[in-house]
Amino acid sequence: MASDKATVFAPENSEQVVEAVAWAAAEGAPLEILGRGSKRAFGRPLQAAHSLDLSRLDGITLYEPEELVLSARAGTPLAVIEAALDEKRQMLAFEPMDLGPLLGGPPAMASIGGVLACNLSGPRRIKAGAARDHFLGVAAASGRGELFKSGGRVVKNVTGYDLCKLLCGSYGTLAVMTDVTMKVLPRSQKTYTVLVLGLDDATAAQAMSRALGSPHEVSGAAHLPAAQAAKSAVSYVAGAGASVTALRLEGPGPSVEYRCAALRRELSDLGATEELHSQNSLTLWRELRDAQAFAGDHNTAVWRISVAPTAGPGVVAAIGAGEAFYDWGGGLIWLSLPLNGEGDAGAAAVRAAVAAVGGHATLIRAPLELRAAAPVFQPQDAAMAALTQRVKDGFDPKRILNPGRMYAGL
Amino acid sequence: MQMPEPDQGVIAAKSDIVEALRAIVPGEGVIVEEQELRAYESDGLTAYRQLPLIVVLPETTAQVSEILRCCQARGVKVVPRGAGTSLSGGALPLADGIILGLAKFNRVLEIDFDNRCAVVQPGVTNLAITTAVADQGFYYAPDPSSQIACTIGGNVAENSGGVHCLKYGLTTNNLLGLEMVLMDGTVLRLGGKHLDAAGYDLLGIMTGSEGLLGVVTEVTVRLLKKPETARALLLGFPTNEQAGDAVATIIAAGIIPGGMEMMDGPAINAAEDFVQAGYPRDVEALLIVELDGPQAEVDYLIGEVSKIAEAKGAVTSRISETEEERLIFWAGRKAAFPAVGRISPDYYCMDGTIPRARLPQVLKRMRELSEHYGLRVANVFHAGDGNLHPLILYDANKPGELEKAEDFGADILRLCVEVGGVLTGEHGVGVEKRDLMGTMFSEADLKQQQRVKCAFDPEALLNPGKVFPQLHRCAELGRMHISGGKLPFPDLPRF
Ligand SMILES: Cc1cc2nc3c(=O)[nH]c(=O)nc-3n(C[C@H](O)[C@H](O)[C@H](O)COP(=O)(O)OP(=O)(O)OC[C@H]3O[C@@H](n4cnc5c(N)ncnc54)[C@H](O)[C@@H]3O)c2cc1C
Repeated sequence: MASDKATVFAPENSEQVVEAVAWAAAEGAPLEILGRGSKRAFGRPLQAAHSLDLSRLDGITLYEPEELVLSARAGTPLAVIEAALDEKRQMLAFEPMDLGPLLGGPPAMASIGGVLACNLSGPRRIKAGAARDHFLGVAAASGRGELFKSGGRVVKNVTGYDLCKLLCGSYGTLAVMTDVTMKVLPRSQKTYTVLVLGLDDATAAQAMSRALGSPHEVSGAAHLPAAQAAKSAVSYVAGAGASVTALRLEGPGPSVEYRCAALRRELSDLGATEELHSQNSLTLWRELRDAQAFAGDHNTAVWRISVAPTAGPGVVAAIGAGEAFYDWGGGLIWLSLPLNGEGDAGAAAVRAAVAAVGGHATLIRAPLELRAAAPVFQPQDAAMAALTQRVKDGFDPKRILNPGRMYAGL
Repeated sequence: MQMPEPDQGVIAAKSDIVEALRAIVPGEGVIVEEQELRAYESDGLTAYRQLPLIVVLPETTAQVSEILRCCQARGVKVVPRGAGTSLSGGALPLADGIILGLAKFNRVLEIDFDNRCAVVQPGVTNLAITTAVADQGFYYAPDPSSQIACTIGGNVAENSGGVHCLKYGLTTNNLLGLEMVLMDGTVLRLGGKHLDAAGYDLLGIMTGSEGLLGVVTEVTVRLLKKPETARALLLGFPTNEQAGDAVATIIAAGIIPGGMEMMDGPAINAAEDFVQAGYPRDVEALLIVELDGPQAEVDYLIGEVSKIAEAKGAVTSRISETEEERLIFWAGRKAAFPAVGRISPDYYCMDGTIPRARLPQVLKRMRELSEHYGLRVANVFHAGDGNLHPLILYDANKPGELEKAEDFGADILRLCVEVGGVLTGEHGVGVEKRDLMGTMFSEADLKQQQRVKCAFDPEALLNPGKVFPQLHRCAELGRMHISGGKLPFPDLPRF
C-alpha cells in the first residue's frame, strides 16, 4: 500500500492495532490516534496522513460491582460505561468531563480511552482524585509496534512501574491503549449543594478553603462570578443576581443533611446561604464539570489553568481580561479570552501569571492556527523537555503516534 | 539471590571515591568503617545482607546532585535509603555501590493549611508529617504500620499503603509534588501545590519506582482534615466464606469503610495471646470494620454494617462505644506481626493482592500449601482492597527452613497472580519478588518498563539488581526490528 494515500485504519482487535502501528513505524508514517474523535480539536494540530480509529474496540469486558472494578476496550463510549455503572448505582468517581460541547461538537461522544489519554477529571477531583488515580490496568501497543500491559485489576498493586500513570495524560503520544481497567465506586445516595451568594473572588477562595479544611467532606468547591452564574440552567443560581460559591456534599441521606446544616452555619458570617437538593445539584455540577458557561460562544479562546487554590483569584486578576470561573476550591480556573486578532489567544498574559505562582495552563479551545503557533500545553524547561523526549523515545522512537500533539518534536 | 556482578575496578578505587565524596560532603557524612557500615547491611528483609562500599549522608539537594554526578562519572552504583524498613530488599546494599542515605533530610519545610498541603524533606517520617499538622486537626492519610520509622521518601519510592487505603488511597493518590535528582545530577521539580502536574505524569511513574529512577529530595503531600469521628465493629464469622461474603455485601451496599481488616484463626489466637483484645477464639475469621466521617454518617453506617454482618451469620458482633474501645479492637490487629513473632522464632511476611471474591479459595489453597511445606501460616488481610499478608512461620536456625519458607511464599504469590491478582500490593518487588516478575509480566512488558528506566538512568547505576529479573542494556532495548514495507494485516479494516 502506498503511504502517500490517506488511510483510516479501524482495527477490531489488539493484534490489528499492533499490525497497523508496526506498519506505520516501518514506513515512518505518522498516525493520528482517535478514540471516537470527540477531542480532535484539542491539542496542537498534527501532521499525520493516516489515522487509527479505535471505535471498533468496543465493549465492556469485565464488570464486577462488588469488586469495584470495570474493564473495557479502549474505544468503548464513555456513555455506555456510565450507563452500566449507573444501573448498579456506581460511578467513575473522578467525574470525567465532557469536552465535546466546549469544543463545538455534540455531547456524550467520548471514548473511555480518550478520557484516560487526556486525564480528564471533573469537580470531584479534589476529593476522589483524577482519572489517573482510578486507572488500574492497561494493555497497549507502543510506537514500536509491540503489545505490552501494565498494572492489573486490583486497587493495591505496586508490581513494577505504574505505566498507567504515564499513559494517562499522554494524549496518545506514547502508546495506543487497547484495553483499560478502572476502579469504580458507589454513587452517593444524596447530593446537596450549599450556595454562598455575593462573594468576591478572593473571599470566595477563602470560603472554599474553609469548607475544604472542614471535616464535612466537601466533594466539589466552585465559584461563579455573577456573569457566569447568570448562565446557569439552575434557577436559584441564575436568579441570584450575584456571584455564587457552590460547595457540594455527597453521601448517605442523614449525613448529607447534617453536614449541609453544619456548613451553612459555619459560613453564615460570609453572606446569605442557600441549599440545592438533588436534581438542581446534579445539573449545576454537570455545568461546572463541562465548563458549560463557555460552550455556547465559540468566538473566544478557552484556557484551563491549575494553580494552588489560594492563588486562583490573583492569577485571574493578573491576566486582567476575559471571563473566568473557578473549580477545585479555586485552584482550577476556566478562562475565556476574546480572540482579538493579537495572535496568541492571550498566551503571554496567561503564561506570565501562572509562572509567577507555579502551576500549568492549557489552551483547551482556540482556532487551529493559534494552536499551531502558540504552545497549547505548559512549556517545559530544558531539563524537563529532555527527559520527556527520552520517555517518548522509549515508547515511540520513530515519532509516529500523534506526533506534535503535545509538544513540537514529541 | 543473584545480584549484578560487582565491578572490581570500582571496589579497587574505593579510596579515590571516598576522597571525591568527602570533597562534596565534609566530615561525618561519609562512612567507611566496617563497624559503622554494618548498620546499613540490610533493610526490613533481614534474610539478605551485604556491606555497602561506602555510605554517604548528604544534607542538601546540591550535594545529592554532586554525589550522583560524581558516581555516574566513575560508574559507581547508588542505592538510595530512607529508614531501611523496606520488606522487599529495596534498600539492600551492593558490594560495589554506595548507600545514599537521606536521614539528614529531616525537616518539615512548610505547612500550608489554606492549600491543604505540606512540603517536607524525604527523610521525615510518615508519622512526623501527621504530628506536625495534628494541632490544626489535619493529617496525612497513608499510614503504613511502620509509620513511626519509615520515611516519606521511602513511601514515595515504594508507593506505600496502610489500613486506610481503600477510602483514602495509597501514597500515589496523596502526592502533589516532588523535587528529585537524576543519576546525571539533573534536579527536577514535578508538580507543586496545584493538582495534576503538567506534561507526562512523571510524578506518577516516580511513585513506586523503588529508587531506580531518581533520588527524591523534597515531597509535597496533600493534607486531609481529620474525620469528625471513627467507630469500629468487631465481627466474628464461623467460616472465611461468610466473612468474605460480608465484605462483598458491605461494598455492594455502597459503603466504603475507612478500614476493613480480616484475620484468620492462627492470627486471631496469636494476637489474643499477646494483647488480650477480647477477640473471639472460636471463629475462623475476624473482621474489623472501621467507619469514619461525620458523626451522623458513622452512626448510620454502623447500623447498616451491623445488619449485613448479622445476615451473613456473624457469631460475634461488637460495636465500639468509646474511643478506648475502638483502639482495643485495633490493638490485636496492630500487634499481629509481633504477636506472631512470639510464637515462632522467625516469620516471613508476604504481600500479594487478590480480587476479594477469591479469598476463600486462596485461603483454602494456602492451608494445603502449609501442610505440604510443614510450615504454619497466619493471615492478616486488608479485606477492603484484597491485599493479603500471610505470615509464614519458620526457624532460620533449622537448616533449609528459610528456603522452604521462601518457596512457600513464592507459591502463595504465584497463586495470587493465578486468581487475577498481583505479586505485591504495597511492599514492593525489590530483590524479594524480582525473579517472580515473569509470572505476571511477559518479556515485552518488562522490556517496556525498562525503557522507562533508560529514560531516567541510561547507565543503570541507580539501585540495579532490584525489580527486574534481568537488566538489559539500554542500547539493546532501543533497537527496533523493523520489517520494512510490510503490508498491514490483510484483514485489517480500513477506509
Ligand atoms: C514492621 C513493618 C511494617 C510495615 N508495614 C507496612 C504497611 O503497612 N504498608 C506498607 O506499604 N509498607 C509497610 N512496611 C514496609 C516499609 O515500611 C515501606 O516500604 C516504607 O515505605 C519504606 O520506607 P523507608 O524509609 O524505610 O525506605 P527504605 O527501606 O530505606 O527504602 C525503600 C526503597 O525506597 C528507596 N528510597 C528510599 N528513600 C528514597 C529517596 N529519598 N529517593 C529515592 N528512593 C528512595 C530505596 O532505595 C528502597 O528501594 C512495613 C515495614 C515494616 C518493617
